Amino acid sequence: VREYGPKLLATIRRLCSQEEDAREAFQDAMLSVVRSVAGFQAGSRLSTWLHRIAINAALMKLRRHRRRPEKSIDELLPRYLDDGHQQASSVQWAEPASGPAERRELRALVRQSIDRLPDSYRTVLLLRDIEELGTAETAELLGITSTAVKVRLHRARQALRTVLDPHFREAVP
Amino acid sequence: MSAALTCRDFIDFIGDYYEQQLDSARLGEFEKHLRLCPSCESYLQSYQQTVLWGKESCQDSDALPEDVPEELIQAILAARRAAGEEPPSAPESGP
Repeated sequence: VREYGPKLLATIRRLCSQEEDAREAFQDAMLSVVRSVAGFQAGSRLSTWLHRIAINAALMKLRRHRRRPEKSIDELLPRYLDDGHQQASSVQWAEPASGPAERRELRALVRQSIDRLPDSYRTVLLLRDIEELGTAETAELLGITSTAVKVRLHRARQALRTVLDPHFREAVP
Repeated sequence: MSAALTCRDFIDFIGDYYEQQLDSARLGEFEKHLRLCPSCESYLQSYQQTVLWGKESCQDSDALPEDVPEELIQAILAARRAAGEEPPSAPESGP
C-alpha cells in the first residue's frame, strides 16, 4: 500500500471526482489485491496488475454511484453551417507562459476542465489518454464497442478543447 | 473524383488522423483541406494541444499524493480484519 498506493490513489481520484467515492474505491481495490494476489501471474508486471485493479474498483464505484442523468455533450461540440463550414472560425491558440508556476496552473486548469465533461466521455478520455489503455481494453472494461470508444474519445477531446478554447485563443484584432 | 471535404468532415476525421488510421485516399483529402482552410488548421493545432496537455496534466508530481493517508490504510486493515482475514505480516522480502 505504501509503495504503490499513491499512484493507485491518484488514478482512482482522477476517475472518481468525489473524494469519498475515491477513498472507498481505493479501499475496495486494496482488498481485491489481498484477495487475488495468489492469482497474480509471475510473468505479469505488478504495477500493471495493480493499475488494472485500481481502475476496475473506480469504475465499479462510478457505476454504483451514477446518480444523475448525464448532461449532453452536444453543446461542447463544434457547430456547423448547412454547407459544412464551422459556424465560428477557429483561431490559433497562444503559447502559455512556461514558468513552473504557470505550468502548474495550466495543469490544474486542464484537470478541472476534464472534470467538467459528462461522465461517460470523461471516463473514456481518462482511460485512453491518461491511463493509456488500448481501445479494446477500454471497450471491455466499459462494456461498449471499440467503435463507441473511438467516437466517445474524439468527442471528449473536442469538448475539452471547447472548454479550454476561451483561455488560449489569441486575441483577434 | 470525390467531392472536397467540408470542415465538418475534416473535424470528424481528426480522431482517425490522430490515431494514424486514415487510409491514403482519405489522408490526401484531409491534408488538402488542411492546406486550404486556416480555421481547420487552427482547430487541428488546438485539438493536438488539448490531447497533449490532457496527458501532461495528470502525469506530474503535483497530481500525486505523497502518501496514502494513514487513516485510509487503517480503514483497509480494519476491513480486512472484519472480513476475517489475518492482519498483514511483514512485507515479503523476495519472490
